Amino acid sequence: MVRTSTAQRWFIVFNYIFLIVLGLSMILPILHVLAQSFSSNAAINSGKVYLWPVDLTLTNYKAVIGEKLIWRSFGVSVIVTVVGTFINLAMTSSLAYPLSRSEYVYRKPVLIMVLLTLIFTAPLIPNYLLVRGLGLHDTLWSLMIPGAISAFNLFVMRSFFMGLPNELIDASRIDGCGEMRILWNIILPLSKPVMATLGIFYSVGHWNSYANALYFINDRMLYPLQVRLREFIITDSSSINVPAEDALMSSPEGIKMAVVIIATIPIMIVYPFLQKYFTKGMMVGSVKS
Amino acid sequence: MAKSNIEAEIGPMRFRTGRERWAYLNKYKALYFISIPGILYFLLFKYVPLFGSVMAFQDYNIFKGYLGSPWVGLEHFQKMFQYTDFLRILKNTLLLAFYSLAISFPVPIILALLLNEIRKVLFKRVLQTVFYMPHFLSWVVIGGIAIEILSPRSGIVNNIITSMGFEPIYFMGEESYIRTILVSSGVWKDAGWGTIIYLAALTSINPELYEASEIDGAGRWKQTLSITLPALMPTITILFLLQIGHFMDFGFERVSIFLNTLNSGKGEILDTYIYTVGLLDRQYSYTTAIGLFKSVVGLVLIMTGNTLSKKMTGEGLY
Repeated sequence: MVRTSTAQRWFIVFNYIFLIVLGLSMILPILHVLAQSFSSNAAINSGKVYLWPVDLTLTNYKAVIGEKLIWRSFGVSVIVTVVGTFINLAMTSSLAYPLSRSEYVYRKPVLIMVLLTLIFTAPLIPNYLLVRGLGLHDTLWSLMIPGAISAFNLFVMRSFFMGLPNELIDASRIDGCGEMRILWNIILPLSKPVMATLGIFYSVGHWNSYANALYFINDRMLYPLQVRLREFIITDSSSINVPAEDALMSSPEGIKMAVVIIATIPIMIVYPFLQKYFTKGMMVGSVKS
Repeated sequence: MAKSNIEAEIGPMRFRTGRERWAYLNKYKALYFISIPGILYFLLFKYVPLFGSVMAFQDYNIFKGYLGSPWVGLEHFQKMFQYTDFLRILKNTLLLAFYSLAISFPVPIILALLLNEIRKVLFKRVLQTVFYMPHFLSWVVIGGIAIEILSPRSGIVNNIITSMGFEPIYFMGEESYIRTILVSSGVWKDAGWGTIIYLAALTSINPELYEASEIDGAGRWKQTLSITLPALMPTITILFLLQIGHFMDFGFERVSIFLNTLNSGKGEILDTYIYTVGLLDRQYSYTTAIGLFKSVVGLVLIMTGNTLSKKMTGEGLY
């Protein structure tokens, strides 16, 4: 029998209300922005838009969709995210796998070398000069290569590989498999969960980041979506050409919010799928750290 | 099977002859081969810039390079502390670092404890889904949303303020609000995400402890104080130490998106300063000195924190 005192019952009620309000504070701003992006200029400026579009209009989206530079940035972001994540996973797993095997006699020195980079990090400028020196600046490689391996993710993947049963590797070796065959046919198919988890972290990172593009890219044609969006937010969206017949309905605010929504849609589409994986991934990480 | 077990047990490092060692390496050459790109990556992209940091003690000139640029000793470090600009920005950085330690750090712990009290599994899962979501939004998107909501003309916050009969407030245009905005937008984004690790730690607490204390007549509050919190302490300590190590890394992206000429007086931090003065104005050596100063402070803090924590709680990072 669990006794609940009055004070405890009050606490439970308060707790539910508090957490629901907190949850709403995370959803409502996004709904508000969504509503604004579909509202007319007049409605936004008179402050009538709360959570539902007022004077429903698609002009903001029409203006954004008609803007070539936004599509170009969208494409850049897609390329960087897809290719970048592929590079991340290939580089991370090709180092994590040897480090998980006792046959790799230089495990210790390599691990120490990687650990030290977590403690000692170089300032921005030497990194920038390196990227310049390698001729990567003003290319999309500068957004994919310098962050190819995250040391933390490397450790997560290594501990996953170490958790795979050794008997599996031994058995396939008896069957005459070479090391590469073992990795390709046995290990990788078993590693889907960790690949999915880290792939998600890497790709969300690529999609969302804008600092690297700000540091390394001057060519406006190579701007990823986040940098383009930042320009709209920090300066203003007057650079977008609004068709004359829509000029009354669309507004700088509405257009900004339409770009915000477009930049968020890919994340929102994958979020339900990735939720399944990231909690698992965090567990592996927390066990390690 | 037996053979590789023996290898694992005696340890492959003991070879009698060089030839034996070579034969062993050759047998597993595929492993060594695939590790090369990763090792080169760390050497090139982590260690080269690290050694490049010596430019903080030079007057680095991009045409002369590391070898040709003149050495100036600690000049840049001395210069740093004479600039009032730098001191103001250092103060901003330290204040924001302190706020995120005092506010952003404990919030996930409290939130995890509150979530843990929810007994309805489905409801809890819905809440978690909502709380984790902001973590996946970019800082540009969050900045865009926040600036819009706080806008004096069309923002929902000012709509409410004016509808109550007050004057609208230009939140982004006044220095005094910027730190609050920076800290609270961080809490909004990552408080829910931060609970994951604590919730995982909470599930590992032995339920018998709660049952036993219930028989002893302890209420939930008492249980939280004497069972739950002590069980969380190791996790809290480790995360606290990690946070201390990143004390000065408030984050470039999350600040840069909110800065404008009106609020940068109290909002600018070292990272944004390094970007504008270093990258845009090309004062390479000076800003590298600032970056180095930042790293050293972080290193000293984490080592002091670790020593103290080992003495007091027995927990430590290393």
